[in-house]
Amino acid sequence: MTHMTMIEAIQNAHDVAMAEDDRVVVFGQDVGFFGGVFRCTAGLQKKYGKSRCFDTPISELGIIGAAVGMAAYGMKPCVEIQFADYMYPAYDQIVSEAARLRYRSAGEFTCPMVVRMPTGGGIYGAQTHSQSPEALFTHVTGLKTVVPSTPADARGLLLSAIADPDPVIVLEPKRIYNGPFDGHHDRPVVSWKKHPLGEVDTAGAPIPLGKAAVRREGEALTVLTYGTMVHVALAAAEETGIDAEIVDLRTLLPVDLDQIVRSVEKTGRCIVLHEATLTCGYGAELVSLVQEHCFYSLEAPVVRVAGWDTPYPHAQEWTYFPGPARVGEAMTRLLQR
Amino acid sequence: MATTFATPPPGASPAPLTLNVPEPEFRPGDTPDFSNAVIPRAGTVRRPPVDVDPQEIRDLAFTIIRVLNRKGEAVGEWAEALDPDVLRKGLRDMLTLRAYDARMMKAQRQGKTSFYMQHLGEEAVSCAFQGALARGDMNFPTYRQAGLLISSGYPLMKMMCQVYSNDGDTARGRQLPVFYSSKEHGFFSISGNLATQYIQAVGWAMGSAIRGDTKIAAAWIGEGATAENDFHAALVFASTYKAPVILNVVNNQWAISTFQGIARGGSGTFAARGLGFGIPALRVDGNDYLAVLAVARWAAERARRNLGPTLVEYVTYRAGGHSTSDDPTAYRPKEESNAWPLGDPVLRLKAHLVAIGEWSDERHVQAEAEAHDTVVSAQREAEAIGTLMSGNLPSPRDMFEDVYAEMPPHLKRQRQESGY
Ligand SMILES: Cc1ncc(C[n+]2csc(CCOP(=O)(O)OP(=O)(O)O)c2C)c(N)n1
Repeated sequence: MTHMTMIEAIQNAHDVAMAEDDRVVVFGQDVGFFGGVFRCTAGLQKKYGKSRCFDTPISELGIIGAAVGMAAYGMKPCVEIQFADYMYPAYDQIVSEAARLRYRSAGEFTCPMVVRMPTGGGIYGAQTHSQSPEALFTHVTGLKTVVPSTPADARGLLLSAIADPDPVIVLEPKRIYNGPFDGHHDRPVVSWKKHPLGEVDTAGAPIPLGKAAVRREGEALTVLTYGTMVHVALAAAEETGIDAEIVDLRTLLPVDLDQIVRSVEKTGRCIVLHEATLTCGYGAELVSLVQEHCFYSLEAPVVRVAGWDTPYPHAQEWTYFPGPARVGEAMTRLLQR
Repeated sequence: MATTFATPPPGASPAPLTLNVPEPEFRPGDTPDFSNAVIPRAGTVRRPPVDVDPQEIRDLAFTIIRVLNRKGEAVGEWAEALDPDVLRKGLRDMLTLRAYDARMMKAQRQGKTSFYMQHLGEEAVSCAFQGALARGDMNFPTYRQAGLLISSGYPLMKMMCQVYSNDGDTARGRQLPVFYSSKEHGFFSISGNLATQYIQAVGWAMGSAIRGDTKIAAAWIGEGATAENDFHAALVFASTYKAPVILNVVNNQWAISTFQGIARGGSGTFAARGLGFGIPALRVDGNDYLAVLAVARWAAERARRNLGPTLVEYVTYRAGGHSTSDDPTAYRPKEESNAWPLGDPVLRLKAHLVAIGEWSDERHVQAEAEAHDTVVSAQREAEAIGTLMSGNLPSPRDMFEDVYAEMPPHLKRQRQESGY
């Protein structure tokens, strides 16, 4: 067991997967010689050569389209989109091609590929470096979508994603690449290397897709969340002293409905938390599932806490971003109902 | 029935295939040597009439138009008779941009803002180009064309307020630093998504043509971003509708860590991208203020005379980092920018002005000091309003404005909920 950052854990997952299976190839903008602008692919080109890890032209459509073709050939492409905000030019290849290939050919052609992309705000990235587009993926049939919140999960989920026979979207919350984020932008970042959740077993098994993790057990209410917001929820529980159960979904599709039901039936109250904009966000799906499956256990309506329905503003990140204060307030209000 | 395939044609190679991944010539640790680079002498490339048949100038997509020679003389058919005041203004614009960059880089390091992108080595491209435009024309810039604003007289103070996201920022703190916008100064609001502006410039120009207007548009892109779909869509539309647009490609050799050969593929040059579309394409020395201005005027005249689009590739070098988040020594030799054979655009224009007796070393030192002072006093004014870290930012209330022309009820509710 070692402590490492999420970036190092992602490097390790690539390394393990590439060593194990020479069909795994890694490409994207700046990922080759330089190892990616966030360094998630550092060292791979040197170790595995230029035909297994290489730089691409700045063409997201090219990256995804080529990956679809390569996967159809029998490779396992694991590609990086530099920021999630830049996947829109490739969206057609993701939605109409990668996600549909198995279905439309009745399994004759398949698309075992992984698309990694940094998501989320809190790094002063303004509108085009901060988006959380998970709802745009979870709405698409044929894709799986995962969001890690710890280095060990980032490694374990990426390994499963690469092994998966279908296209998997891995959304990496960049605010927690180097350390957890407790929602307080004015506090220094504690490196994962000094944080208990930064522990990673570099020989460990993959983490199965579709399984949530309970980050904090509690009786008063359930917070359903993922990614950066897991840490904000933990901070809110600590700061309010409310005995919240915090469920880290880890995989958004397929989602771990059993764990959701277990937790909400136990606590009877539920908050759904994400930093993506509220309206028609992934949270709406969670609320729907909870009301359908836990209606008779609920003691109060399910509450959503999310980013506002505006683009991400550079100067106002900390008003935009749900912090522990907003989450804590929602928790308190929910307990009064 | 069994599937049958034709036998391989005779001579087909049974050898395994390999993937070609281009590499730059020099990496950290190598000594950069550009002595083999083919750079024509200044003044040797012909100047065709603006209504030339594009087929007759295909060669101009593969050479480099240059005006200033080593002695600082303006030579050849592209050398225009220019008022020395125009040249002095050009030099001052470039000095101002350089001083502005230096101050803003420092401000970022001091934590006054989150991010900055500088123009070091590429100042001539945007500063000279603006000289070809008229009031009402529209640039669709990317993030390394602040020279367009500076040479059109846009206030430095307002640019800094944008960089600081303070209460004086006309974009209300919403955009990343350097993502300026000024309709009045013909500077379209910048997007962080590369290349999207390219086809929009063509659309704007088509609008001007549809309305029988006289305005033209200029599209801007880096060589790396030409790999994006939007670039190709722009070429198709511009060529089909003969839109009055100048399609600029700034080839500064590097796209973050990725050298220009990755985006270029086998085409030889970025200008050559225009040829398949029948668009006249020119390559110009981007560090030669006079050459940039002359080529920009040529292309602008074509657009104004309804002769259609021109593709221009500016050959230059990004001497600084990609942004304040980048360390270029990780992927290219430190000495590469000094070894770059087209020199420094500021020093080259200075040498020309000295050569024609319109400038001196003393005046240059003085002009540098003036540029510095202008920038510093603008900075003082901007910082008196606030910086990203020191406060006096636009009100969080503002965050909810401009999502729509009229704020819908759900946003009003959210604004109230946010406490503003
Ligand atoms: C659609 C999209 N993809 C990726 C990026 C990330 N990115 C920002 S700048 C850049 C390199 C651009 O290089 P180039 O076009 O050559 O311009 P230069 O920075 O050299 O001036 C990249 C990959 C982006 N902003 N938008």
